[in-house]
Amino acid sequence: MREMIIIIISAVLINNIVLSQFLGICPFLGVSKKLSSAIGMGVAVIFVLTLSSLLTWLVQVFILDKLGIGYLQTIAFILIIAALVQFVEMVMKKNTPDLYKALGIYLPLITTNCAVLGVAIINIQKSYTVMQTLANSFGNGVGFTLALILFAGIRERLEEADIPESLDGLPIALITAALMSISFLGFTGLL
Amino acid sequence: MIYAVISLAVLGAAFGIVLGVAQKKFAVEVDPRIEAILEVLPGANCGGCGYPGCNGYAEAIIAGTAPINMCAPGKEEIQKQIAAVMGVEAAETTVRKVAQLLCNGGRDRAAFNYEYEGIQDCHVAATMFKGPKACSFGCIGLGSCVKSCPFKAIVMGPAQLPVVDDDLCMGCSACVNDCPQHVLKLVEVSHLVHVRCSNKEKGKIAKDACTVACIKCKICEKNCPEGAISVVADAEGGSIAVIDYTKCTNCGICVEKCPTKAIEKSLPLATECAQNKDITTGQKPSSCQQCGLCH
Repeated sequence: MREMIIIIISAVLINNIVLSQFLGICPFLGVSKKLSSAIGMGVAVIFVLTLSSLLTWLVQVFILDKLGIGYLQTIAFILIIAALVQFVEMVMKKNTPDLYKALGIYLPLITTNCAVLGVAIINIQKSYTVMQTLANSFGNGVGFTLALILFAGIRERLEEADIPESLDGLPIALITAALMSISFLGFTGLL
Repeated sequence: MIYAVISLAVLGAAFGIVLGVAQKKFAVEVDPRIEAILEVLPGANCGGCGYPGCNGYAEAIIAGTAPINMCAPGKEEIQKQIAAVMGVEAAETTVRKVAQLLCNGGRDRAAFNYEYEGIQDCHVAATMFKGPKACSFGCIGLGSCVKSCPFKAIVMGPAQLPVVDDDLCMGCSACVNDCPQHVLKLVEVSHLVHVRCSNKEKGKIAKDACTVACIKCKICEKNCPEGAISVVADAEGGSIAVIDYTKCTNCGICVEKCPTKAIEKSLPLATECAQNKDITTGQKPSSCQQCGLCH
């Protein structure tokens, strides 16, 4: 249990997927203009990340490793993630229309989120057990959401701020992201 | 090598089958008419109908909670197409409305209390004593309406007052809802005479603030042959000349009589058309000879 908590805290704060490992930058910049959409995207990522990591772990351990074809990892994982997202979308549309409406447009976006593939591969590289995999993926999802929400909050305020014209828009967002990344380095000595 | 090919093929096939089955099993019946209506709608998502975007409006039509004549940008053409999809007769033709600015106090006419150099946005400026102009009712002139217009129908004029292009305005009311001073109003396109002032202060105060202010002299009220214009008092003790558009015949007598020129007759499409007597529809007459007088 103690180990799980350490993995989760490490994933959320110390090795934050966006701000320390620089994965999933695309949705981080793309879906962070509004707080509400940032929350929707974040929750969808937590959900998909945990589920896809479990499935990729199973495929890696029981199919790829057994047959000695570990080099197919990347393409197999992409296949799994894409299919899973589609599947989840269909199930949600049928069974939980409200949740589908809330997450709807963000789900297909996640297929191309490199954070999902990155976390799946990191889980294998660190040879985690299935429980550790779940903890790590969930933690990374929370870390992504945290970074996204913080960033969206800052960007909403930046909208109102008097920014030099040449920096208005994406440039100031990139500078902000860099400063956030530096500040997250402060968590390095936490554990 | 052979394992790699087989295992990937099996994985792919397995996911294919699972997705295929899921597609059937979890199929959600979506009313095909929603798609059909969505294709007809302009897709500007202006929100003028009061529903969240064109999609929301299409769903509301199917659910039976919205009438089919709510789409202002779509005009009658789209209403007919929706009617065709829904299998009902088109309702009576919707009257096209355009936004009118009820203020004429540009930089050259209005007095200023202070010079505003903050963020160039009416909402921000409005928080400081209702804007820099001495008239606290008038247009602030920083162009928030220009930004809010989804159809790019509003531009800033030379006197820092927004100018609405009647041809481009779709009557979606995005600017009307956005304006912090509430000086924009949707008026049917056939009405040409407007009181271009919103100042409800007494005549002397209004006149000091702006040279084209309504001074509540009631001359327009006395001269109107139809009784269409009157100085109306509101609950807070202010008053202003208001036109009853159901009675106004665009005769323009009030425009001539108004001592401060607060009432204006706008010259939209075809008002000076030599060919056509019925210019009230705002449409070019069939007899149009492209004389160019109307523009």
